[in-house]
Amino acid sequence: MRAWQPGRWSPSVWVGAIMVAVFVLLGVFGPLLAPYPVGTRAMDLDHMYAPMSWSHWLGTDKSGVDTLSQLLHGAREALLLSTIVVGISATIGVTIGMIAGYARGFVDEAIMRVVDIFLAFPGLLLNIAIVAVVARPGLPLFIAALCANGWVGYARVARGQVLSLRERDYVMAARALGASTPRILFRHIAPNLIAPILVQVSLSFGNVIAAEASLSFLGLGPQVDHTWGAMLEQGTSFLWKPGFRHYALAAGAAIAWVVLAANLLGDGLRDRLDPRQRGRA
Amino acid sequence: MPLGAFILRRLGLGLLSLLGVSILVFLFLHVIPGDPVDQLAGGEATPEQRQKIEQCMGLDVSMPEQFWNFLGNVADRTLGHQCPDPKGKPTVAALIGDAFPHTVALALVGLAFAIVMALPLGIYAALRRGTWFDTLAAIGALSGIAIPNMLLGPLLLLWFFVDLGWLPGPFEVGPAAIILPAFAIGTHLMAMLARMTRSAMVEVLGEDYLRTARAKGLPERVVVWKHALRNAIMPVVTVAGLQFGSLLSGSIIIENVFARPGLGSLLLAAIRERNYPVVQGCVLVIAASYVLVNIAVDVAYGLIDPRVRRG
Repeated sequence: MRAWQPGRWSPSVWVGAIMVAVFVLLGVFGPLLAPYPVGTRAMDLDHMYAPMSWSHWLGTDKSGVDTLSQLLHGAREALLLSTIVVGISATIGVTIGMIAGYARGFVDEAIMRVVDIFLAFPGLLLNIAIVAVVARPGLPLFIAALCANGWVGYARVARGQVLSLRERDYVMAARALGASTPRILFRHIAPNLIAPILVQVSLSFGNVIAAEASLSFLGLGPQVDHTWGAMLEQGTSFLWKPGFRHYALAAGAAIAWVVLAANLLGDGLRDRLDPRQRGRA
Repeated sequence: MPLGAFILRRLGLGLLSLLGVSILVFLFLHVIPGDPVDQLAGGEATPEQRQKIEQCMGLDVSMPEQFWNFLGNVADRTLGHQCPDPKGKPTVAALIGDAFPHTVALALVGLAFAIVMALPLGIYAALRRGTWFDTLAAIGALSGIAIPNMLLGPLLLLWFFVDLGWLPGPFEVGPAAIILPAFAIGTHLMAMLARMTRSAMVEVLGEDYLRTARAKGLPERVVVWKHALRNAIMPVVTVAGLQFGSLLSGSIIIENVFARPGLGSLLLAAIRERNYPVVQGCVLVIAASYVLVNIAVDVAYGLIDPRVRRG
């Protein structure tokens, strides 16, 4: 495909890709780079709320734990969480969407009505409704809550693509040659879904990080140490403390970094792959 | 599709969604691991206390019966009672009724702010394509999309309330107190709409009918503001309407930051107190408002633009 040739990418894609790469590298190697340990054992009550200095580049938090080290460990949490959530949502969503688009008729109608129901919960509401029932949501429930509305986007994209792809001549030809439905779906149709799904994957990385941060901020997070959302919650509740503003800003900047990277990359990819959608957010 | 059929179909689908939403909201309490009675009663509750809570929440009957009662509570417009002690406390609907206007006001002001800021920004950026203004607007829009709501809110408070003292801070409900929260809640939408407006305008400005308008000697002002804008603005306004629901759910964070009364505050307080009927009620009302607004926007769009009815 012409779209995949190098040199045809917009600056938005390049900047986004580099920003995503930085995030992924820090997620993988961050905890190794962290200058100090984190967690309850790293508490150092003699150095609470330390300002920025050479020994603590970004200062320390309310328990004296080094901020930079928390950020780097948080990058690992963020990368793990978003990869798991995006992986699960994409698998479920694409499968359901492909079934709907290929089967059409009643099956399609039924699936799309279920999709409508999930879309009726704006923004965080569905996530909140799910974690709200449990006193201390563990990580599995938290992931399930994030996947609960994550799959919908994939299902819609996959369905739309399959609906048009199934009428193409080459699919007709495969069917005429006696190819089975799973073979047509996975061998002939699925490869053509990769590009639009990639756009969705890129965009949803940012969404997952933002949703995690929002839920943690509201005290509904997975209660894992040093997620960026938990840091932001701590940072904003001590924002009034003189000399401590940088803590919230550091966590907020980390979140904004990933959201921005995901949007730049996702939008750029979409523009390249589907010029008609240019700029439609 | 004729107009009547289109509206009927849209209404039918909307009602179906609403029914599905009620089933889902009902199921959350029953399917997700964790026993609500345990959480309300605590570890040391006597069997009698547990039974009382179960009865109050209606958990002592079969599932279909529970769902029927739940729908009954929706139908009689109480949305249920607060458990474990419903006596003397307002019904869930009364609580929501008190909170809802605050949230709607916040969302509406946020929406107005987003539209009022986004349209001129987007139009001007499209007219000055490729200039420093366009670049600046693009960077601003991206920042607006990327900055987390829960950081923007406290930062605004810090600057305009603590440092400058220009605007009222948390816990206040006067007309001026809505400015900062509305700004915080509307920024994300504003950024989205500005980008949409710009790209819609860029697209429209290249159309042949505008060349015709210019060729017949219309002043540029009329060409841009009357002929171009009228076509470019439709999708933008539609998206703005459809995003009203995300403003309602955004209020959960913003009301928390600014300590404002409203549905979001009510929902969070209910979650902390494990007041499940109120949690259910709030989730249901927010989702239902979203569905209703979406129906209204779709129908209005179908009325204005017949091409929409085809789908």
